[in-house]
Amino acid sequence: MSKHFLEIENLARRFPGKDGELTVFENANFSLEKGEFVCIIGHSGCGKSTIMNVLAGLDAPTEGNVFMDGVEVSGPSLDRGVVFQNYSLLPWLTALQNVVFAVRSRWPGWSKEQIREHCYKYLEMVGLGDGAELRKPSQLSGGMRQRVSIARAFAIQPKLLLLDEPFGALDALTRGTIQDELVKICDATRQTVFMITHDVDEAILLADRILLMTNGPHARIAESVKVDLQHPRQRGKIIHDPGYYPIRNHLVDFLVRRSEELSGAVAPETVEQAAGAYPTEVNPAADAGAGGSSARITAAKAG
Amino acid sequence: MLQSLNIRAALVSIGLLALMLIIWEFANQPPEATKALTEYEMLMGGADQEARVPPPSQVIGRAIEELSDPFYDAGPNDKGIGIQLAYSIYRVLTGFSLAALIAIPVGFLIGMSPLMYKALNPFIQVLRPISPLAWMPLALFIIKDSEASSIFVIFICSIWPMLINTAFGVAGVRKDWVNVARTHELSPLRTATTVILPAAAPTILTGMRISIGIAWLVIVAAEMLVGGTGIGYYVWNEWNNLDLTSVIFSILMIGVVGMLLDLALSTATRLVQYEE
Repeated sequence: MSKHFLEIENLARRFPGKDGELTVFENANFSLEKGEFVCIIGHSGCGKSTIMNVLAGLDAPTEGNVFMDGVEVSGPSLDRGVVFQNYSLLPWLTALQNVVFAVRSRWPGWSKEQIREHCYKYLEMVGLGDGAELRKPSQLSGGMRQRVSIARAFAIQPKLLLLDEPFGALDALTRGTIQDELVKICDATRQTVFMITHDVDEAILLADRILLMTNGPHARIAESVKVDLQHPRQRGKIIHDPGYYPIRNHLVDFLVRRSEELSGAVAPETVEQAAGAYPTEVNPAADAGAGGSSARITAAKAG
Repeated sequence: MLQSLNIRAALVSIGLLALMLIIWEFANQPPEATKALTEYEMLMGGADQEARVPPPSQVIGRAIEELSDPFYDAGPNDKGIGIQLAYSIYRVLTGFSLAALIAIPVGFLIGMSPLMYKALNPFIQVLRPISPLAWMPLALFIIKDSEASSIFVIFICSIWPMLINTAFGVAGVRKDWVNVARTHELSPLRTATTVILPAAAPTILTGMRISIGIAWLVIVAAEMLVGGTGIGYYVWNEWNNLDLTSVIFSILMIGVVGMLLDLALSTATRLVQYEE
């Protein structure tokens, strides 16, 4: 029985390759609390999407376990909603029918009226409900498609929402608008979210905690950075928060320099130690406030 | 007015048709008799020693005559063109439907299971290139019924494009859509009907369109072999009667019906087409 809402233990994924196994990531240990918004950042190829697929149940880990609410995750479930980078809407259905598709699979016993009402509630939440919902995805812009995809994921009221670079394919302006909407929705619903992103600013805006991955192969989750900024956050105001730049600098420094330095397999003599170890916890905002010139490691605990 | 491409294309078509008909009509005239016809010549239909392809005016006359009463039935060798075509269409649609009933589920199986694909592929590769008419003697021997044998020949020739296209369409369904079905905990049956079938439908219908085209080509030859009824038998029967006017008329009718069958399937394809 785990004490956290979502608990990832010693997760590893290896693929059979031409010359031996290819380890995408290993020794991944972390947990999520209910209502927490956690982002994971790392360079391409570090296995973020693989972790996401394992959490979604679409892929099975080579080693380790994932527990949600004390139950082991094995296979996909409606308890975990997924928003894919390429929207993954069914193109032969209208936006509304795409949401209906999800709601009907979640609550098969509901009446048509009940499903419709529920769908409209979520479509309106993402700003679609004035006729655009009757169009096919091909007739919608990228931003609108991703809104439909988000509505579809929220509409099934999953215990955990998984977002796989949901704004990666959008232009900067659209991305900003939808980020703002997502902030509002998450503040209102207290949805537990695990999100992959490449965008440091996006991660700071949305996340309570950011997991940093070293470069792959043999990627690890090196640090867990606390985003100690007030809620509700706004894109315009957050950059004036004194904690913002210490966090941002820490993240950028990690991505530019340390993700490379820390990459590679764990040295054999520390394997015992690495197994089951939680990532180092860091709170750059608090450290900066306390007068620290650089991010200081505040705690490191073994799981 | 002349700017629309469609109108201009139609004008060119009509012009070409008129030109063709005029050449056909006048290049085919029998030589004028220089002196009065003998009684023998009058009996033989002119002084010309050579039979000629009937001119379009005659064909059009025959078409009007036949189409004004297409469903008359005056005995085994004298039925209206409508009845003959109806027999052929009935055989094509029966064989085609039976083929669809088998090809689409088997195609699903092959498309979804790499094992079944590999296991069944050699059979398909060997059976597919066989001319459908080559099955005819075996079919006649086993089924012992010419009507059912011609339906079987249609079945065997229309199954392959449908089978292969279904397998191809099902195997090519985007992994994202399958993942959507999986994350929504859809049962295998619901995944097949609500995600894979609509996703593969345009490819499946393209296969069906190819199949019905082939079936319509094959039925004419099959009916020439088995005889009795049908447009293929009609063509052969008129040839035996040396009635080339009717042969040409029925050739045109085969073309028109084939076009209509293709049009029906292409309309259906458009209905299930989606844009990504």
